[in-house]
This record gives sequence, structure tokens and C-alpha cells, in this order.
Amino acid sequence: MAKLESTVGLKFNKTIIYIVCIGLALLSILPFWIMFVNATRSTAEIQSGLSLLPSTHLSENWDVLRGKGFDAFRGFLNSFIISASSTALSVYFSSLTAYAIVVYNWKWRQAFFTFILCVMLIPTQASAIGFYKFMYQLHLNNSFLPLILPAIAAPAMVFFMRQYLLSTLSLEIVEASRIDGSGEFATFNKIILPLMTPALATQAIFAFVASWNNLFMPLILLTEKSKYTLPIMVSLLRGDIYKVEFGSIYMGLALTALPLFVIYFLLSRYIIAGVALGGVKE
Amino acid sequence: MRRKGTINYSKYGYIFSMPFIVVFLVFALYPTLYTAVIGFTDMKGVIPKPVHILDNPFQNFKELLFDNPTFRTSLSNTFILWITNFIPQIALALLLTAWFTNRRLNVKGQGMFKVLLYMPNIITASTIAVLFSTLFAYPMGPVNSLFQSLGWIDAPVQFLQDKNTARGIVAFIQFWMWYGNTMIILIAGVMGINPALFEAAAIDGASGLQTFFRVTLPSLRTIMLFTLITSMVGGLQMFDIPQLFITPAGGPDNATMTTSVFIYGQAFKGAYMYNKAAAASMIMFVIAGVLAALMFYLMRDRSEAQIRKKLRAQKKAAKAAARGV
Repeated sequence: MAKLESTVGLKFNKTIIYIVCIGLALLSILPFWIMFVNATRSTAEIQSGLSLLPSTHLSENWDVLRGKGFDAFRGFLNSFIISASSTALSVYFSSLTAYAIVVYNWKWRQAFFTFILCVMLIPTQASAIGFYKFMYQLHLNNSFLPLILPAIAAPAMVFFMRQYLLSTLSLEIVEASRIDGSGEFATFNKIILPLMTPALATQAIFAFVASWNNLFMPLILLTEKSKYTLPIMVSLLRGDIYKVEFGSIYMGLALTALPLFVIYFLLSRYIIAGVALGGVKE
Repeated sequence: MRRKGTINYSKYGYIFSMPFIVVFLVFALYPTLYTAVIGFTDMKGVIPKPVHILDNPFQNFKELLFDNPTFRTSLSNTFILWITNFIPQIALALLLTAWFTNRRLNVKGQGMFKVLLYMPNIITASTIAVLFSTLFAYPMGPVNSLFQSLGWIDAPVQFLQDKNTARGIVAFIQFWMWYGNTMIILIAGVMGINPALFEAAAIDGASGLQTFFRVTLPSLRTIMLFTLITSMVGGLQMFDIPQLFITPAGGPDNATMTTSVFIYGQAFKGAYMYNKAAAASMIMFVIAGVLAALMFYLMRDRSEAQIRKKLRAQKKAAKAAARGV
């Protein structure tokens, strides 16, 4: 009898759990659903009420958006150049730095690692003003370099790569390649880097998305219209020129979000696994 | 046996970490120090002028902390927005973690739920800020029409003009973007707990709640510390959402003005007060440092501290005994 009651209780609990989870899932989907649907509706339709079904004004909204100088392709290209280069740099050099910490026994190794742990917590804004002024003096504002080169020093990623190397790399591989006459740098590039592929892939996804989504630094440094990244162009969608063109605002938002949705649904399994890994680092 | 050859490999440690060190010094350390110095000067305006250290070097800091209500509001706003999104975020994440890791409940479709609940985290924050600002538009935004058709409100609400709703929505967006992330991290943490602990609890007849509070939560302490610190440092930097959610940024009546929005506004809008912005950055930097250090201290492994205490007591006893002889 008691057992039956507890099964009933369990069923009841499970119903509540599913209702809550489905509600939360809808809460995640709904804003984006409305965004994509409204990108296909005319401003008049949007003003007249909510609809969850697409309409037929996609190309009109696109034309209005283009007419206001929203160059989505340019923004996409700029964002891609910055994100891809900074991701490549940070993944490669973080692995190299982590390798230096794990494999070689040098005097300042422990101090260097402690230092990396400390600077992991420094907020970007703490150095933004000095960074801007410094870049301005070098005439590097409106250049992509200040958004790409700093990626070489990514403390959090070095930390992650170190944990990965510690748990997977056997020093015998390094010894063996030394005996075979391989130089240290060649050993890293040809043997160690391929072994690190899973970690490289995970970190590359997160570095790419973080750079793609970054607003603060590009907003400060890039003032020329032709250099704008997608987040800056999104920030302009709020301006007065769009005030009555809701359809084209949703269109612009949908365009900037679309690549991320594609990446996410292709790689969601790895992304979720990567988030979980990031938390377990101790 | 002597190792063959006398090649000393340790120099490669320096060589391989050199790119990191050089880039860090140039692009992170120097700008940070430069920012600190600017905080003591009279640097302002778009056109570069000779810059001087102020007669009272701490003038900017003093003015910000004592004579600038907007800056103080921005500090308290940052804290309010962080705490009102973090508490529900960690609570919901813990609840979902408890459900998803409970074998007796055996919740189906976890993979799909994780993918959907984490989704907002990956989408550009700027896009989300403008999207929500459009969704909450007055008088005929989707949220207004939805609430009206549900009968929750009689007339359209000016969500973005009211201090409380504006703040509430910003906190909600942060919460909505991050609870999935926190949940996945906590679930991974629970998976990492030694299963023997749960078995022992089950054998001892612990209930589900008891197991959660006595076994799961204490084992999650390190992970919770990690979540707390990353969320705090992230919260201090909260910029994209409050900057773009409402025009002018930080409105209405500075209700959503965070420290980062303040810094940006000081340096790159209006009077271009680089010195004030730099001083504000340094204050933020110090707060971040103090909070992180405090957190590490509070949540350090207690058992380790206890062992050390015991050792000290033993030593004392031994000394006393030695003296007694």
C-alpha cells in the first residue's frame, strides 16, 4: 500500500518536472521563434498583433534593411575574419604555453602558472581605457589587429590546456621523439598538437563564439563603417532610423543570429560536453 | 645510471611561453598600468592635449566615490542586477540538477532539454538585448499583445519606462541566458561525485532530500565556488545587455546603468573623460580582486584547514610536554 502511494507520488512529481522542463524549453525557443517569424512579416502585421506563423514579406524587409545601409555581408565577413584569426592564434599559442608548463622543468614554471591563475580573473574593462589610448597612439584603431593579436595570451585557455595535457600526455612520447631526433618545436607541432585535437576543437568553438559575440572592444576601437562587426551593426538597429520599421529590425537580428543557430545545432553535443568539462576543472 | 647527453631542455620552457608572455605584457599588463596612470591625470577630450598628473592625484577617485551619484548608482545597480539574476539562477540550476541526476526519477529527454535550456547562452548578447527591447515595445510589442490576450494586463504597459520593470527585465535576460550553463556545470559536478557516497547514503536509509543536502551539495562546493566567481566577474562586466536594451543606455533614470556602461559613457560619449573612466575601471578592478580573494578564503577546503589546526594543536601539546619534562 505504502509502495503504491509512493509510485503515485513519483508519477505526480514526474508530471510536474516535465511541465516545468517543457515550459523552460518553450521560454528558450519562443523569443527566437518570434524573431524569425517577425522577420517575414510586414511592420503593419507586426503592429497588429502576435503571430507564430510566418508571413510573406521577407524580401521587403530585406530591401528596407539594405536601404538603411545594413550591410550584413560586410559585417559577417569582418566578424568572421576577426573571430577565425583570433581563435586560431589563441588555440595554438595556449597549447604551446601549456606544453611549456607541463613538459619542461624550468625555474619559473610554478610562478608562471600561479600568475596565470591570478590574471584569469581580471575583467577586460579594467584595462580598456589604457588599451584604447595605446592603440590610438599606434594608429591601430580601425584595425583588426588589436582585436586579434591579444588572443595569443588567453590565460583561461592555457589553464584548460594544461589540465588536458596533464591528464592525457605521457612524457614517454616526448622522450621517444627526442631519441628519433625530432626537434622540440617539431615534436610539438607534429606529434603533440594532433594528440590534443579534442581539446583544441572544444576550446576553438568557445573562443570563436566569444569573439563573434564580443561587443565592448570592437565598439571602442572600430569607428569606420566598413570595419563594423555584426554586434556593432546590431547595436545600430536600435537607432532612430529604424523606429517604425519593426520588420527590418527583426530581419537584421535574425540575420546576425542565424549563423550561431546553425553552428549550435550542428555542434550542440560537443558544446554541451565542453561546458560540462569547463566546470569540472579544479 | 647517468642520463645520456647533457642537453638541457629547460630553456624550451622559456622559449615556448615567450609569445604568451610578450603579448600579455604588451596587450594586457601595459594597458592595465596605463589605465591606472590615466586615473591620476587630467586626460580628457577627443583632441590629444598635454596630460598632467593632478595636483591631488586621487582627485578622480575622490570625485567618483563621493561627489558622483551616477557612479555610486552604477555600482549598486551592478550588484542588484547581479544578485537578482544569480540567486534564481543558482536555485533553478540546482533544482534541475537534482531532478536530472536522480536515478529514481529517470527524467527522459535530458539531452534535448540541456540543448534547449543552454541555447540562449550561445546567441550574441547584443542581438538578445535588441530583440528583448523590441519584444517589450510599447504599445504593440509581442509581450504586450500576449499579456493582453491572456488577460494579465488591461492596457499596454510601458515596460522600458518604469525603473522596476526595466531592471527586472535586464536581470531576467541575464538569468535566462545563464541558468542553462550553470545547470550543465552542476550536473557534470554531480556526475563526478564518487558513486560509493550515494550508495552508502542509500544503505544508511537517507531520503532523497537528505542525500541532496548532506552528500550532493557539500561535494559540489568547489564547483559552486567556480560558478560563483565566474558569475561574479562576469556580472561586474555586465555591458552588452544594459548598453543596448534601452536608449539612452542605462535608462530609465539610470536604473539599468551598470559600472561598465558608466565607464563606456564617460570615455566615449559626451566629454570624453578618459581620466574618470580609468579611475572607475581601477575601482572595479579592486572590487573584483577583493571579492575573488574573499570568496577563495571563505570557501577554501574546510577539512584541510581543520587538519592544519589539529597539527598545530599537536605541535603545541608536544612543546608543552617537552617543557613539562
